[in-house]
Amino acid sequence: MARAAVLGRLTWQLGEVAEVIRETSRVSSLVLDVPGWPGHLAGQHVDIRLTAEDGYQAQRSYSIASPPESPLVTLTVERLEDGEVSPYLVGEVRAGDRVEVRGPIGGYFVWRAGEERPLLLVAGGSGIVPLMAMIRHHAAAGATAPVRLLYSSRSIEDVIYKDELGRLSAADKRLTVAHTLTRSQPPGWDGYGRRIDGEMVAEVAWPKKDTPAVFICGPTAFVETASDLLVELGYDAAWIRTERFGATGG
Amino acid sequence: MKQSDLKLDGNAIAGLLREIFTMEMTTAQSTCAGCGKVHAVGRVDVYLNAPGAVVRCPACEQVLMRIVHARGRYWLDLTGTRCLEFEAPSDLSV
Repeated sequence: MARAAVLGRLTWQLGEVAEVIRETSRVSSLVLDVPGWPGHLAGQHVDIRLTAEDGYQAQRSYSIASPPESPLVTLTVERLEDGEVSPYLVGEVRAGDRVEVRGPIGGYFVWRAGEERPLLLVAGGSGIVPLMAMIRHHAAAGATAPVRLLYSSRSIEDVIYKDELGRLSAADKRLTVAHTLTRSQPPGWDGYGRRIDGEMVAEVAWPKKDTPAVFICGPTAFVETASDLLVELGYDAAWIRTERFGATGG
Repeated sequence: MKQSDLKLDGNAIAGLLREIFTMEMTTAQSTCAGCGKVHAVGRVDVYLNAPGAVVRCPACEQVLMRIVHARGRYWLDLTGTRCLEFEAPSDLSV
């Protein structure tokens, strides 16, 4: 499956929307049934192409949230109000609709359950999506690597996969989830309540002697901050893999 | 909006590179012709807010590649890349 997922010519296919899951007020997951899907790796993405009646086409990349164990392809998409594609995917698309998709794509920002190094995942906003594929892969495969997730959201309402992350971390002591809420915190909040900083990273991250594998995903400024903080902590830049979403995220 | 906020990375052109090379290229290693540093293609800086994709070295910011796909053709400028090293596919029939 791994070879199939990285080799061969990319072709556009029609995927049928099997289900739409509302994650937050601005984020939905589309569960796609793509005929002949070759399988994918945790961290890969797909391209989605929309064609208007006049022939105008718009194309965007979306990370896959479902684990390699799933035959369906789940994309979790954040609605950007001035976007060309995401307002259609979040709000317009219904089960039974078809969208043009090609993939899976990518091989650099990928984690496989056989890897035994401690795993540090750092997510800003919808940057959680490819990391969720890794967490779901870890759970589905019964992987032994210990995992720590540091996940920054604006408010508790903006936390994607909140319940599932709570369930998975309660069921598996190898998974630890630390949230930070940067804009507002609910009463009684016991997580972090500020932007990511050196003290937070030092508390959550594995000691450098553990030589962890690190995946960081989110808006560009967030990714660069998190990456720099880890290097200041003594991490080797070669341990860190990043995926930048640009200014807006998603 | 600052230019630095628009910076993406090689993951953003994984699909475009696979159109051209017909294989996964973000794990390829690129050597900068300017500073000589080697980076995985997934790690390099990418700007898509130009006519095409501009790929820069994360160490020295020299342009490594320019890629334009228009009117049914590709233009691939690799002047800034001294070497692009990647694994040969074991099964070319795929």
